[in-house]
Formats: sequence, C-alpha cells, structure tokens
Amino acid sequence: MADATLEHDAVHGLPAGAHGSAGAFEAPLFGAYSKKVGMWLFLASDSLTFGALLFAFSYNRLYTVPWPTPFHAQSIANATIMTACLLSSSLTMVLGVFAAQKGDRAWTRNWLLATMAFGTAFIVLHGMEWTKLIGEGLTIPGFPKPAGAASGELAEVSRAVPQFAATFFGLTAMHMLHVTIGVIYLGVVSLRKLFLPFLGAIWLVGFLLIPSDNVFHYGIHVLLLGLIVASIILFLKPKDYDAHDVEVSGLYWHFVDLVWMFIFPLVYLMSTRIS
Amino acid sequence: MHDIAKHDDSKGQYFWVWGALLILTAIEVVLGYKQVFSPVRMLEVLLLLSVIKSALIIGYFMHLKFETALMRWMITLSVVTCFVIMYFFFFPDADRVLTIGVK
Repeated sequence: MADATLEHDAVHGLPAGAHGSAGAFEAPLFGAYSKKVGMWLFLASDSLTFGALLFAFSYNRLYTVPWPTPFHAQSIANATIMTACLLSSSLTMVLGVFAAQKGDRAWTRNWLLATMAFGTAFIVLHGMEWTKLIGEGLTIPGFPKPAGAASGELAEVSRAVPQFAATFFGLTAMHMLHVTIGVIYLGVVSLRKLFLPFLGAIWLVGFLLIPSDNVFHYGIHVLLLGLIVASIILFLKPKDYDAHDVEVSGLYWHFVDLVWMFIFPLVYLMSTRIS
Repeated sequence: MHDIAKHDDSKGQYFWVWGALLILTAIEVVLGYKQVFSPVRMLEVLLLLSVIKSALIIGYFMHLKFETALMRWMITLSVVTCFVIMYFFFFPDADRVLTIGVK
C-alpha cells in the first residue's frame, strides 16, 4: 500500500544501505503521502483544462463586439447565492477535514453531509438557471427546445452570437459535472455503501419527474454513471475511509469551489444587464 | 514527517477566510451592478479579485500554505508557467482587435 511510505526506513533515520528489509519503500519526495500528491497532480492538470476554457471564453469576450448581456438582476442574484453556497461548502469541508484529523467520526460525517447539501443546492440552482435561459431561447444545437424557446427573449442572441451560448454552456456544464462528481465522491467517503441507494433513488426520481423537453432529463444520467462507478469501487475495494481520504476528497472539493471563483465574475458579472 | 497537515488547532482562521471570500464576492457583485469600468478594465479588476480569492482557497482551505516548500513551488510554478504560455497564445490577437478601435 502506497501509504506505507510513511513507515519508510529513511523517515526513521536508518542508515543508507539498510534497505533490504521487507516493507521498505522509497521516501516521499514532497513530504506528503502519495494519495495527496496524486490528487494535487490531478488538480494541476484539471486546472489547465479549465484554464483553457476560461481563456477561450475571455478571448471570445474581448473579440466579439457587441457581446450579449443577457443576465438580469435576478440571474446575478441567483449566481451570487450559488457562489455563497460553494464558499460555505468549502468551510464545512475544511471543518470536516479538521474533525477527521481529530478522529471525530460523527462530526466528520456531519460536515461532509453539510458540504454535500451545499453542493446539491448549487447544482439545483444552476439547473434552474439553465432551464430559465433555455426557455428564453438561449440554446445550442442538440439541446431539446421547450415550447416558446424559439421566440424567446434570447433566441436572437443564440442566432447572432452563437459563441456566447456555446462558451456559456460548455464552461458551466464542465463545472457542474465536476460539482456533481464531487458530491458523489463525498457521498462515497462519508456514507460508503449506504450512499448507493440514495444516489439510485435521486437518479430515478429525477429521470421520471424532469420533463423530456428539459436538457436535465438526459443530463441526470450522469448520476447513473456515478452510481455504477461508485458501486464498482465500493464493492471491489471496500474500505473504511480515514482522515487521509477525507483530506484528499477535500482538495478536490475546494478545487471545484476555486474554479467557480473565476467562472462567476467572468461569465456572469461580465455579461450583466442591470437597469 | 508531514503526514496530515497538522498546522493549527484553531478553526477560527477558516471562518476568517470564509468571511473574506464572501466580502470579496460582494465587492465583485457591486462592481458588476454599478458597471463603473469599461469591459476591459472590469475584466482586469475581476480577475485580480479572483486571483486573491483563489490564493486564499489554495493557501488555507487546501492547506498548500502549510505543505513543504518543494511541494508549494512545484505545484505553483508548473501551473503558472502553463497559464503564462496560454496567455501568449490567446491574447495578442484579442489585444490587436482592441487596439484597432473596438471597445
């Protein structure tokens, strides 16, 4: 197991050459356990994915004149609440890591559940915002179009400046996917197999209740994919997640929060229409 | 050995960081509502505030501030270098459009 690096001879000051004993591993290069270094490297690579998307968005924003400004005060208020949800989820996450380091399992679970609740609120609010914008005509090819969307207030924006809808939906969909994966990740860490029926129920109820002309009628299948992956992980390698796992999951969650700190001002605040 | 980041037994600093992040967000929203700057200047100001917010999140919530110097520099330098390269790929042309008179 990779975490055995913490028990390396070098850590305990044994002389060089005494490396033949069983269980000896190379000392960690970065002074951190391997799972944490692995997550940092993944986040570094993922930041380049979001960086490229944000650069492309900003480039289009500067290049396209006039740039659409479809976000009224209601949209900005909604996005501000979403931002507050993510920031608060980061606080509950860090308190969860704090509790895990103290060995307080009950409060670790409670803080992780609170983090999941904030994350779920973010996803729901974002879904409502998407539904509202699509209903007003802001759409891209391939999206189901609800009745009235073709003559909506933003239909002309979709026709005249298609890069706005493309970059908006592309960027926010990528982020929403990361938040969804984060909620599932925290569910696996905090509840383990108990989380699976909840996830399955949310997927089924969502699929049955969301109308077929709503894009989330299809998007909610991400939860089904998450259910399959989580089931494979939990049944093939069942384990009791420890403070290391909580800290690593926290790194991922904070990264999701971090990315939104750029998306919110660039996408929403740079496209406001406040009268 | 730097096992789990055991750097401070106080939860208070996390609440301070959370409060600072909320205040910076409120400043951003006010700037968006007031629209006191031109779009290009607004982009610069909002990006600056976002960088400050991300530094707080990375440093405190993600505990990078409390990792070893090698880890801090390896992560920061590699990512920043890639973003600088991206900048030189993307922005000269957008800047050309701005300098020929489009505002």
